[in-house]
Amino acid sequence: MATTVINGKELAVDDEGFMTEYDQWDESIGQELATVIGVDMTDDHWKVIRFLRDDFQAKGETPTIRRVSTAGGVDTKTLFRLFPKKPAKKMSYIAGLPKPHGCV
Amino acid sequence: MGGGTAGTMAANKLRKELSASDWQITVIDADDDHRYQPGYLFMPFGTYQPEQVTKSRRATLNSRVDLQYGEIDVIRPEEQVVALADGREFAYDMLIIATGVSPRPDQSDGMLGEHWRDSVHEFYSYEGSVALSEKLKDWPGGRLVINIVDMPIKCPVAPLEFAFLADGFFSEKGMRDKVQMTYVTPLPGAFTKPIAAQAFGNTLEDKSIEVEADFMLMEIDNDKKALVSYDDREIPFDLLVTVPLNMGQEFIGRSGLGDELNLVPVDKFTQVSTQYDTIFALGDANNIPASKAGSVAHFEIDIFVENFMQHIAGKEMTHRFDGHANCFIETGGGKAMLIDFNYDYEPLPGKFPYAGVGPMNLLKESRINHLGKLAFRWIYWNVLMPGRPMPLPALMSLKGKRTDLLETDENKEPALSA
Repeated sequence: MATTVINGKELAVDDEGFMTEYDQWDESIGQELATVIGVDMTDDHWKVIRFLRDDFQAKGETPTIRRVSTAGGVDTKTLFRLFPKKPAKKMSYIAGLPKPHGCV
Repeated sequence: MGGGTAGTMAANKLRKELSASDWQITVIDADDDHRYQPGYLFMPFGTYQPEQVTKSRRATLNSRVDLQYGEIDVIRPEEQVVALADGREFAYDMLIIATGVSPRPDQSDGMLGEHWRDSVHEFYSYEGSVALSEKLKDWPGGRLVINIVDMPIKCPVAPLEFAFLADGFFSEKGMRDKVQMTYVTPLPGAFTKPIAAQAFGNTLEDKSIEVEADFMLMEIDNDKKALVSYDDREIPFDLLVTVPLNMGQEFIGRSGLGDELNLVPVDKFTQVSTQYDTIFALGDANNIPASKAGSVAHFEIDIFVENFMQHIAGKEMTHRFDGHANCFIETGGGKAMLIDFNYDYEPLPGKFPYAGVGPMNLLKESRINHLGKLAFRWIYWNVLMPGRPMPLPALMSLKGKRTDLLETDENKEPALSA
């Protein structure tokens, strides 16, 4: 298992740098991860990231873009504006959650 | 509620376990047509005929199970009553929701436009699969686009299999060079699990199938005949085969029992509703983080029956479903792969069901896997639906699997994540 050091904390990550341990994350780490991929965090961004964190804890799965829009209240167009090009991947990266996946 | 794969298995298995003097079992469904849904993948290519995928629900259910036809209007969970659209009401002690998910073309702008069932097709419904088989008979070729609108969908590998089978189909007709194929997915790639991705390797490149990833469909532009994404990508098509958004039934939402996709939130180990201990949701209708597939329903119901018996006896449910799935993946040319996985383990190579012996190969193309997939239709109707025992364990086994390929920390058997 690979690790990386952010804010002086050693974090477990997969080969693409996605965090693999839910409990190792806090908002200061989220802030750093956002910087790594060039996302400038605003209140709107944090609203999305906090929804992802809570929803993952409740459901055991990273929410889809559709779920963030219908259950989290941030529409898809806005998600593409906040996290350009690849919102699903960028949101989950910053939130320290697995990226959305299929079965193979 | 629902006499499809999950509902039929649950009713037939419970009928054998529950005393006839204490428990009456009623199945409610809209009609008598039980479809073998895996067949929808094959009908467009003429491998299966429509009559091969349909049997009578009545004939598939134990004769001591009551079957009522009707549209469900609403569940009133506090009163423990199911109300039908025709005014009939059924009181229940325990309710099982097994009404699956349905493709919803109405949920994407422009999908039900002028090209619907003409050059915009789907194969996730009986009607759609039949219509597509007609279309493919004399389609002259052009740009074929295969698209998934959003996850989760039933049988998540089916769109990939469709791409592989279409490649073989057009090759056999001697017109593969006239067809340009693109696979459009909202996921980060056609394959997202590292070990499976490696096993499939260059399959898509070898078959000249282009991949457009991270594509969130915003609308279908009927004038341009193109898919348009939220980030302004346009993919033109001559023939679109899409997998519309899959949703649970509307009455689930109306009854206050569903999430944003009308899936019923349940405990992922026991499938009991998170809201009412008198309601279970089985098969595709629930929200467990497993594939929506008949094999999942089958393994889930093996565990469910044991839990249900404890539950009605007022005991704690002690059996835990692990999200086990076991699926054949057609790769074209008379070959198939087999994958076996659960909540905690991604698909791994190896032998199945017996370590070292097989005869099936996991994550490897072979003829015998393809024959297994075709034989499965018989097993479905004659073994699975009647609730006869299958020689497969309900919980996933690591025996015969190449666990050495996993990253070290995961090599150990993990406790099921809470």
